[in-house]
Amino acid sequence: MAHLAVSDLHARYGTVDVLKGVSFSMKKGEVIGLVGPSGSGKSTVLRTLVGLTPASAGTVTINETVIDFSNAASVRLARDQMAIVFQQYNLFQNMSVLHNVTVAPTKIKKWPEAQVRQEAEKLLAMVGLADKLAAYPDQLSGGQQQRVAIARALALQPEILLLDEVTSALDPELVNEVLDTIRRLAGEGISMILVSHEMAFIREVADKVIFMDEGEVVEEAPPETMFDAPTTDRARDFFGKILRH
Amino acid sequence: MERIIEQLPRFFTLDNMVLLAQSAGLTLAMTAMGCLIGFGLAFVLVYLRQTPGLWALPLRLVCIAYVEIFRRIPFIVVIYLVLFFIQTVTTDASLFTIAVIAICIYAVAYTADIIRGGIESVAQTQVEAATAMNFSRLRTMVTVVLPQAWPVIVPPAIAFAVSFIKDTALVSQIGVFELTFRGKELNNQGFSALLVFGTIAFCYFLMSFPLSMLGQYLEKRLGTPRGQRSARSIRNG
Repeated sequence: MAHLAVSDLHARYGTVDVLKGVSFSMKKGEVIGLVGPSGSGKSTVLRTLVGLTPASAGTVTINETVIDFSNAASVRLARDQMAIVFQQYNLFQNMSVLHNVTVAPTKIKKWPEAQVRQEAEKLLAMVGLADKLAAYPDQLSGGQQQRVAIARALALQPEILLLDEVTSALDPELVNEVLDTIRRLAGEGISMILVSHEMAFIREVADKVIFMDEGEVVEEAPPETMFDAPTTDRARDFFGKILRH
Repeated sequence: MERIIEQLPRFFTLDNMVLLAQSAGLTLAMTAMGCLIGFGLAFVLVYLRQTPGLWALPLRLVCIAYVEIFRRIPFIVVIYLVLFFIQTVTTDASLFTIAVIAICIYAVAYTADIIRGGIESVAQTQVEAATAMNFSRLRTMVTVVLPQAWPVIVPPAIAFAVSFIKDTALVSQIGVFELTFRGKELNNQGFSALLVFGTIAFCYFLMSFPLSMLGQYLEKRLGTPRGQRSARSIRNG
C-alpha cells in the first residue's frame, strides 16, 4: 500500500489550470525528486498537498486516509501528517529560532513543552545551529534560516517532508550546508518530496524522479534513467537544455 | 492688553486652575477611553472584514461600509447623531458617556484603516507558513501577524489619538465640561477671550506635545529590527 497516493489532482489559479491531473504514488521512506521547467506546477503540487492552494479535483490518500480538500477538518488532517519547507524559509520573524521550532508542536499538537524543547534543541544541533537558539531570523544568513526552517518542519514529526526549492533563494556558497542536512535526512529514511533545480543532488538522493511540464506528469523514472535516458521528448528536451553545461 | 494684565491675578486663581486641570483631565480621559475602546473594536472590525468565504460577504460589506461612511462624516455630526439617537433610547446616559461613544465610533473608522495597513504590511508567506502548520486564523493573527504588524500600527495610531485630543473640543457643543467648554464659561464670566483661550491653547499643547514626542520616539525605535527585538524582550520580561 502506498504511503501517499495522488490521483488526478487538479488545481487552478483564477482561470488558469496549473495542475491538469497529476498522479503519482510514494512508498514509505522514499525520496521523490520533482523536477521540470518553471511554471510546470511542481511547487503547486506541494502547496495543494498542504491545502495552501485549493485542489479543484482529484484525490490524495495518505496512509489509506482519503483527504477531502473541501472539508476543513480533512485538510487539517493532511497538514498534520506533512510539513513543508518553503523557498523563502518563511520563519516567523517575531520569534526566536527556538520559538520558531517549538511553537507548533506545543500550541498546535499540544505536546508537552519540556519534551518539545529538548527535541527542538536536538534538531537545531543536528542542523548545526545549537548556538543560535536565542537568535532572531533577521540575524541569520539565508542558509542558517533555511536550516532552522527544516528543523521547524521536522519538529512536527511529519510522515512526509515537502521541500519546495529550498536552495533556490540561497547564495551559492550557502547551498551545500542545506543540501548536507537534506542528504542526512534522506539517509535516515524520512519520506520526502523534493522540488528542486539541483539535478546532481536529486540524482544522488532521490529514489524516483518525476518530471512535470505544463501541469502534468510527463515521465516518472529512477534518477539514472531519467537523467541519462529519458523516454519522452519533453523530458529529453528539458534535461538536454539544463544538463548540457 | 491692560485689561489682560489687570485680570491676571483674578484669572490665575487656584480655583480656576483646578477647574482647568479637571476639564483637561476630562478631555484626556474622553480621548483615552474613546480611542482605546475604538482601537480594540477596530481590531475586531478588521478581523471580521477579512473573514474568508462567500457566506461572509455581507459581513465584509458591512465592515467596509462602516469605515467608508464614518470617515466621510464630520465628527460634529457624529456627536449629534449619537446624542439624539441615545436620547431616544434612554434619558440616563451622561453627556460624558455620549461623548465617549461618539469618539469610539469615529476612532474605529479611522484606526481600522491604520490596523489594516499594518496587517497587510506583514508578508503573506508568514500566514502561509502558519496555515501549513495548522494554525487557526485567529491564532495566526494573534501570534504571527499582529506582533509583526504593531510596529507599523502603533506610531500612526498614537498620532491619531494625539490629533484627536484637539478634536474632542467639538464635544463642548453638547455641553460636556471639557477644556473648551470651560474656556467658554470663563470667557462668559468676563475674562478676556485672548487670555482665556490663550491659556486653553497652552493646555492642549501641554497634553498633546509629550504624547506626540512619544509617538515619534516609538516610530524611530520600532523602525529597526533591533529596536523591535528589544521592545519584545521588554514586553516578554
